[in-house]
Amino acid sequence: MASANVLHALYNDDDILMKAVKELRAKKYRIIEVYTPFPVHGLDKAMGLAPTRLAITSFIYGLIGLSVATLMMNFIMIEDWPRNIGGKPSFSYLQNMPAFVPIMFELTVFFAAHLMVITFYLRSKIWPFQKAANPDVRTTDDHFLIEVDAANHDLDALSKFLYDTGASEISLIHNEEHA
Amino acid sequence: MYTFSSKLRLFAIISMVLGLVGLVYGFLSVPATVEEASAVLASHDAHHETTDNHEEASFIDEARQEHGYSEAAMAKDKDMGHNAHEDEEHMQHVLHQMQSKPWSAAFVAAFFFMMIALGTLVFYAIQTAAQAGWSPVLFRVMEGITHYLLPGSIIVLLIVIFAGEHFYPWQNHELVAEDQILQDKAGYLNFPFWLIRSIIYVAGWNLYRFFARKNSLAMDTAEDDKPYKNLFKFSIFFLAFFLCTESTMAWDWFMSMTPHWYSTLFAWYILAGIMVSAVTVIAMVTVSLKAIGKLEFVNDSHLHDLAKFMFGFSIFWTYLWFGQFMLIWYANIPEEVTYFILRIQEYNPIFFGMLILNFVFPIIILMNSDFKRVSWFVVIAGTIILVGHYIDIFLLVMPSTVGPYWSFGITEFAAILFFLGLFILMVGLGLSRVSLRPKNNPFLVESEHFHY
Repeated sequence: MASANVLHALYNDDDILMKAVKELRAKKYRIIEVYTPFPVHGLDKAMGLAPTRLAITSFIYGLIGLSVATLMMNFIMIEDWPRNIGGKPSFSYLQNMPAFVPIMFELTVFFAAHLMVITFYLRSKIWPFQKAANPDVRTTDDHFLIEVDAANHDLDALSKFLYDTGASEISLIHNEEHA
Repeated sequence: MYTFSSKLRLFAIISMVLGLVGLVYGFLSVPATVEEASAVLASHDAHHETTDNHEEASFIDEARQEHGYSEAAMAKDKDMGHNAHEDEEHMQHVLHQMQSKPWSAAFVAAFFFMMIALGTLVFYAIQTAAQAGWSPVLFRVMEGITHYLLPGSIIVLLIVIFAGEHFYPWQNHELVAEDQILQDKAGYLNFPFWLIRSIIYVAGWNLYRFFARKNSLAMDTAEDDKPYKNLFKFSIFFLAFFLCTESTMAWDWFMSMTPHWYSTLFAWYILAGIMVSAVTVIAMVTVSLKAIGKLEFVNDSHLHDLAKFMFGFSIFWTYLWFGQFMLIWYANIPEEVTYFILRIQEYNPIFFGMLILNFVFPIIILMNSDFKRVSWFVVIAGTIILVGHYIDIFLLVMPSTVGPYWSFGITEFAAILFFLGLFILMVGLGLSRVSLRPKNNPFLVESEHFHY
């Protein structure tokens, strides 16, 4: 983390939180993180976060799944052992393709879904036994918390500003003891 | 308030006149006698001699590892055998198929434009019954498109009635007399019952359109929410009525063209085509009205939702198409599979090309969330989808009525031109009568602020 000192401002209401985020951004204060108990609609836009690229990865994973299914069925059913099973034409992949489409479809969905979820876990650093990064237990229930970078700022002025935005509780955190 | 421009009106009338001339030419130029049909056939064969691969094994022969299988299968179904003593009978059959061609061309185009209006009406009823919060700003656009339903459905009804044996072999008494299968089906497939059913469909659909429009307009000036509640109730009853009649309509007007063949999900398959074409036209009309500044209360989130429906219904259509194709291909029961053998043998490029237009292109063009908000992307995707679904209807009708003697020429093009002109004329008139912004719909405010 860039700075040693951060301010934690707690809010009771998501509308006040949204207003505070906009005001902080307008004053060019750096918001390190916002903790909320539930998704606040439009918060990412207010914070100016870049849009997610998860859907793009999912599309690519889907294409990989489709290729795996095609190559697998082509090798097994057409190239390796082209048997006559119930009169199905196994001379080329195209001729027997309708029978492979259910597999191609399911593997596309399987790869797209599962690899995207795993990507999400990795990018969000979520896995079993991961230490919870929650600065205040109340943020999982009914409180909202904004973590503001306090470096190079007058702490009194920043606290006053946060108080004016409607914060119910403001605390100074030293990163050394926090870590 | 949208004013129907005189240029567009003139364009519609000119295309109707040109289309009518072309259709009359189409009906006049069919061979009247067996001799004329033979002459057409001879010139046709001479023309296609190099590409006519009757000597080579076809796709299906190869698949079956049985030379001549597909020819034999088709001969069984479509009397295409070149047996010498059956030649006279065969030529009669060819003549009949050639004479059915202009009827089929007219029916394909007439049904294609009618189903757009009908599908729009169904979509409108769904949006009303589901109390959708996003779509009320588009209700006047949808009502404008359904203005085509009355003339369109009457023309379709007249075509199926007067086409008679050109479309429906079970209306030929001589044929039924020597066909046990058709005799067994005569309880359902007989002319009076069929006619009554067809009239009920058209009357029911138009009745809902009439009451829906009436209540929707009454809402503008109403003091209470009575018209809204009426519209809501009508819509629910209409949806139940439509789902029943759509199934039987598909059996009566399309499946009974090949009365020996049957498929259970056929009606759903046609429904999917109806819905995707309708949503596409709603989106395209919305884009064009917005482009001339008549729909400033419609934002790109509305367009996004319509494009999502286009995308979703395209995939739904493909799912049903493949569901029908794959089950029949897999089991390969002779009485079912002739339907696809004929289409794969004689209509190969458009049969599989249609899949690219109706599935591959929409999936590629409309998958990206940002692209769905770009109006010219939606228009391009819409054009592709509409061409694809015209071909879909073409493939429902033509193989069953004209068999291998199909072509896309003056008659087919003229039919499209005529019904396109009529469609533009009726939709333009339907849109221009009242304000495009509805009033007093309980969901209107939500719809105007709709944001995705």
